Amino acid sequence: MIRYLAQRAIAFIPTLLGVSILIFGAIRLVPGNAIVAMLGTEAGMLTETQRQSLEVYFGLDKPPVEQYFNWLGGVVRGDLGLSVRHGQPVLDVILARFPVTLQLALMAVTIALAVGIPIGILSAVKHNSIIDLLGRVLSLLGLAVPNFLLGTLIIYVLSVYFRILPNSGDYVAFAENPGRNLSQMIFPAFTLGFSFSASVMRTTRSAMLEVLGQDYMRTARSKGLNEGTVIRRHALRNALIPVITIVGVEMGYLLGGTVIIEEIFALPGIGRLVFNAISQRDYALIQGITLFIAFNFVIINLAADLIYTAVDPRISYA
Amino acid sequence: MLKKSDSSNPSLLRRLLRNRSGTAGLILVTLYLIIGVLGAVGVTPYPSLEQHARDRLKPPSVQYALGTDLFGRDVASRLMEGAANSLRVALLSVAISASFGTLVGTTAGYVGGRFDNIMMRVMDVFFALPALLMALVIVSILGPGINTTVLAIAIVYTPIFARVARGPVLSVKEMEFVLASRCLGTSDARIIARHILPNTLAPLIVQVSLALSWSLLTEAGLSFLGLGTQPPTPSWGVMLSESRGIAEMAPWLMLFPAVAIVLGVLSFNLLGDGLRDVLDPRLRGQKG
Repeated sequence: MIRYLAQRAIAFIPTLLGVSILIFGAIRLVPGNAIVAMLGTEAGMLTETQRQSLEVYFGLDKPPVEQYFNWLGGVVRGDLGLSVRHGQPVLDVILARFPVTLQLALMAVTIALAVGIPIGILSAVKHNSIIDLLGRVLSLLGLAVPNFLLGTLIIYVLSVYFRILPNSGDYVAFAENPGRNLSQMIFPAFTLGFSFSASVMRTTRSAMLEVLGQDYMRTARSKGLNEGTVIRRHALRNALIPVITIVGVEMGYLLGGTVIIEEIFALPGIGRLVFNAISQRDYALIQGITLFIAFNFVIINLAADLIYTAVDPRISYA
Repeated sequence: MLKKSDSSNPSLLRRLLRNRSGTAGLILVTLYLIIGVLGAVGVTPYPSLEQHARDRLKPPSVQYALGTDLFGRDVASRLMEGAANSLRVALLSVAISASFGTLVGTTAGYVGGRFDNIMMRVMDVFFALPALLMALVIVSILGPGINTTVLAIAIVYTPIFARVARGPVLSVKEMEFVLASRCLGTSDARIIARHILPNTLAPLIVQVSLALSWSLLTEAGLSFLGLGTQPPTPSWGVMLSESRGIAEMAPWLMLFPAVAIVLGVLSFNLLGDGLRDVLDPRLRGQKG
C-alpha cells in the first residue's frame, strides 16, 4: 500500500515538472516586463539604475534557464519566490486566499452530491418515472447552462426580485461570522455545484443501471433482503466507484478553476488571484499558483485512489 | 467497430434521425449554422454596429425584434453576428485540435513504447490544469482577441483528442488484418491511413461534436471575462457581460444572449449524444 502510494507520488513528479516548465517558459514570452507592469506604463519614471536594481532584487536580470533553476531550487525548499505586486512571499499570498476557494469547492461538491446521487439512484430504480424525467432535464440544463451564465442570472434574480446583493460588501471569513460567510458563499457554491450535480446524477444513474442488472442483485433479493438494503448495501456501493472518480477530477478543477465565479461573486479566492496576477504580469505569483493548482490536482487524484479501496475491497494496492 | 463500407446500412443521417437527441441536435445545429452564415455574410436586420441614438434600450418590438442595447444597436443583429463569430472560433479551434490531437494520439498509440510514453506524459501536463486557466495563461501571453482565443481553445483540447484517438489504435493495431497488411509490405503511413484511422473514426466524430459545444462555452467564458472577442465586435459572452448592471432596466439584454448560449451549446451536445448512440453504442451512458 505505502509502496504503491510512493510509486504513484513519484510518477507525478514529471507531470508537475512539465507544468512548471510549461508555465515558466510561457510566461517568459509575455510581452512587457513585470517591473514596468507593476509601476504602470510609465517605465520612463524609473531611472535605468532603479530599474536594474529592482530587476536584481526580483532576480529578473538573470538568463531564463538560470531563473528557472533558481526558482525550482526554492520550490523544493518551500519558497515559491516573491510576488512583485503584493510584496510578499508567493506562498503566503496563496495560502491566505486558498481557504476561500477550498470552502467554495467543498460546498459545491456537497451540493452536487446531495442533489445528484439521490436523483441518480431514483431515476435508475424508477425508470421512466417523474424523477427520471426530472433527472433528464437536470442533466441537459447542467450541460448547457455554463456557470458564468447561471451566476449572472442568480445575481440578477436576487437583486431585482429579492433586493439582495450577494456580492456586496467585503468578504467575511467563516471563523469571523459563520452566518454572514455562508450567505456570501451559498450562491456561488450552488452555481458551481449545479452543473456538477448533473454529471454526478448521470454517472450515478448509469452505474446504478449497470449494477441493478447483475446476478448478485437477484441473489440479494432472493435471500429476503428488503429493497432498501439491497439498493444501499449492494447496488449503491458498487455504483459509487465512477462517482468517486468524477468527484476527484471535479474537485481538482474546482480548486483552481473557479476564476469566473469568484470574479462574478467578488470572492477573494485563488481564481481571482490568478486572474489578477495574469493581468498584472506577476510572474512569480502566476507560476506559484499554477504549480499549486496542479499539485492539488495530483494529490486529489491520489486521494480518490485511496477512497476506492475503502469503498470497494476488491481493489487493493498491496 | 465501423465497417469500411456502410452502403448496406441506412445512411448515417437516417440513423441519426431515428434517434431523439440526434434529431433535436441536428435541427438546432442546422438552425445555428443558418443564423451564423447569415450573420457572417451580413444579412442581418441592421448592421450590427449601427447605433440608433433615438432608440436606446428599446424593448422587443416590430422594428427591433429582440430590442436594442445601451447604444441603440439592434440586439437581434448582434446575436446573429455573435453566432457567426463564436462558430468561427469553435470550428477553427476544433479543426486544429482534432487534427493535431489525432495525429499525436494515433502516432503515439501506433509506434508505442517510449515514444508513446513521452507523448502521453506531455499530454498529461495539460490535464493537470483547468482548461479555462490554461486558456487564460495563453491569452495573457498573446493578448486578447479572436485568433488567440482560437489558439488557446485548440491547445486546451488537443490532449483530449490525443487520448480519444490513441485508445482504439492500441487494440486495432494488434488485429490480424493489420498484421496481414504489414506482411504484404504496406508502409506504416498507409496502414494508419487505410486501416487504423477508419476504425477510430467513430469516437473521434462524437468527440468533435462535443468539443464544438465546449469550445463555444470556453469562447463565451473568455469573452465574458473580457479576454476573448473584443467589443465592439459582437459576441454572446460579451453581450451577456455587458447586460449586467442594466438588466434591471432592460432584461432582454440578458435574456436573449443567455438563451442563445444555452441553445448553441445544447445543439452540439445533443448532436454528439445522438452520434454516439448511432456510431458507437458501446459508449452509451458514458460522459465525454
